[in-house]
Amino acid sequence: MGKFQLITKGLIKENPTFVLLLGMCPTLATTTSAINGMSMGLATMFVLILSNIVISAIAAYIPDKVRIPAYIVVIATFVTLLQFIMQAYVPDIYETLGLFIPLIVVNCIVLGRAEAFANKNSIVDSALDGIGIGLGFTCSLTVLGLVREILGSGSAFGFKFIAGDGILAFVLAPGAFLALGYLIVIFRKLTSKKAE
Amino acid sequence: MVEYILIIISAIFVNNILLSQFLGVCPFLGVSNKLSTASGMSMAVCFVITLATVVTYLLNMLLVKLGLEFLQTISFILVIAALVQMVEIVLKKISPALYASLGIFLPLITTNCAVLGVALTVVKPSVYASAANGMMNLGEATVYAFATSLGFGLAMILFAGLREQLSLNDVPKAFKGIPIALVTAGILAMAFMGFSGLV
Amino acid sequence: MAVQSSFKNMSLCLLVICLVCSALLAGVYALTKEPIDAAAKAKNEAAIKEVLPDVAVTIEEERTVDFEGATYTYNLAYDELGNTVGCAINVAPSGFGGPISIKVGFDINGVIWNTKVLSQAETPGLGAKCVEPAFSDQFKGFDPAQKTLAVKKDGGDVDAITASTITSRAYAEGLALAAKVFDAIAQTPMPLEADVEDSAEVSGSDPVIPSEVEESIK
Repeated sequence: MGKFQLITKGLIKENPTFVLLLGMCPTLATTTSAINGMSMGLATMFVLILSNIVISAIAAYIPDKVRIPAYIVVIATFVTLLQFIMQAYVPDIYETLGLFIPLIVVNCIVLGRAEAFANKNSIVDSALDGIGIGLGFTCSLTVLGLVREILGSGSAFGFKFIAGDGILAFVLAPGAFLALGYLIVIFRKLTSKKAE
Repeated sequence: MVEYILIIISAIFVNNILLSQFLGVCPFLGVSNKLSTASGMSMAVCFVITLATVVTYLLNMLLVKLGLEFLQTISFILVIAALVQMVEIVLKKISPALYASLGIFLPLITTNCAVLGVALTVVKPSVYASAANGMMNLGEATVYAFATSLGFGLAMILFAGLREQLSLNDVPKAFKGIPIALVTAGILAMAFMGFSGLV
Repeated sequence: MAVQSSFKNMSLCLLVICLVCSALLAGVYALTKEPIDAAAKAKNEAAIKEVLPDVAVTIEEERTVDFEGATYTYNLAYDELGNTVGCAINVAPSGFGGPISIKVGFDINGVIWNTKVLSQAETPGLGAKCVEPAFSDQFKGFDPAQKTLAVKKDGGDVDAITASTITSRAYAEGLALAAKVFDAIAQTPMPLEADVEDSAEVSGSDPVIPSEVEESIK
């Protein structure tokens, strides 16, 4: 697989949200607006790239039986680092995303990539894989956030284009499930057409 | 006593962990195909959440005393992982029958964000606390954790029942599997929104 | 996975990883502690400025007051001449998703100048709208002595956010509490001399000033 493909595969073929269906909790919970979705995606990408790099570097020295706890410690370290950085420089976003920043530790995408890719590939490839999957996750979260924001609040990226409220349900919990369900259907339709 | 009942009702119905807080959605979508697996998973989660919350709550008191709150995330996840392992070993020795029914779900629970989510929630200021500074005491935290996990079980079992019926229907190809499950979950979440005025 | 697992190398490996990670975190914690505190302080100061009249130029160090068994923090503010012009009180009523931390600014007559939400965990799209001017602007110039700080549904004068009665109610209750705390601050005899001197050192204001608050309120 070429280096370029490593990055692009995360967008369509192995899109973590629409195809692999991983990391559903932050996907549903933080996409109340496009900006929130994007921030969550970028935060996850930060952890994903760094943990991929470190895990691919140390994987050869870790005994097989304790590899999962070791990976979790590495991931948790980067998540805590991210918490410090966000608290210091973007405290408002940190507060909005709240609980879901520490919960990146248990996001199956991060541990999944460590186990499926980073521990058997070179450092450069693992970094690229992190960028690719991270980008895919960020894009899907932004799209989902955008759809919910347009339908639910009548605005896009914070810019209001209708007066008053939208269909409130889309900002609330049920709308998250519905919007994601229909987006997956649309995504499947589009990609299956391409395959033909 | 009244406070505890309020916590229980609120955590099960109003702020349902799956349908309004979105914690633990992965197993919710992953193992809800069959009613039997869903109830097994719910029981295992219930057990682990309650136990893990008590342990991490006490651990947090120690961290606060030492001024090491910044190690919360990393120490909580390690304790949860170790706890799940221990439960698995103990269960295997003591009750092989229970292990046979819950055992396969236990490894999955470490990365279930509901467990870490609840553990992190009870050490933050909360509306359920009776103390003036908004922090829950150990009793409230335990009741909250147990009630939350009951809410998890309720949503899980309801959803599995719906999906069992759904599997007999002929849905459009693009909707097969997860999309139709998500739409169903959306409608279930709408039903649960009806509880929001309850407490 | 090249390494064979043995008890020795397993424990050694986990120990080393944990040590390295905790050392790294402790280092970064020490490095970022300053910016984190600075960001929190800047946010707090900006909020105080926002909820108090523009003439307030000197903000005093935070003080505490006991009211009905709980402790509240507040800041007094002075204008260029050293006259007390306002008081910013922190309250945190329980909303739908957790405590809503609000800073409430009063002028010396006990009229609310402005309010500012410091942190909240309300439902996005519903209760979270309490931070928007559409809701919070109604409290500018709200006189708790003339109007009632409760939502209209409960017979008060506060317009609730659509479909978010719990949040609106909590917000109004928080403000009503702040108004009571303000009265308590205004009525208590001024803090002990030592206290005043302490704070005067920090803010550089005249220790006699606070007694004027009382007079002007009367």
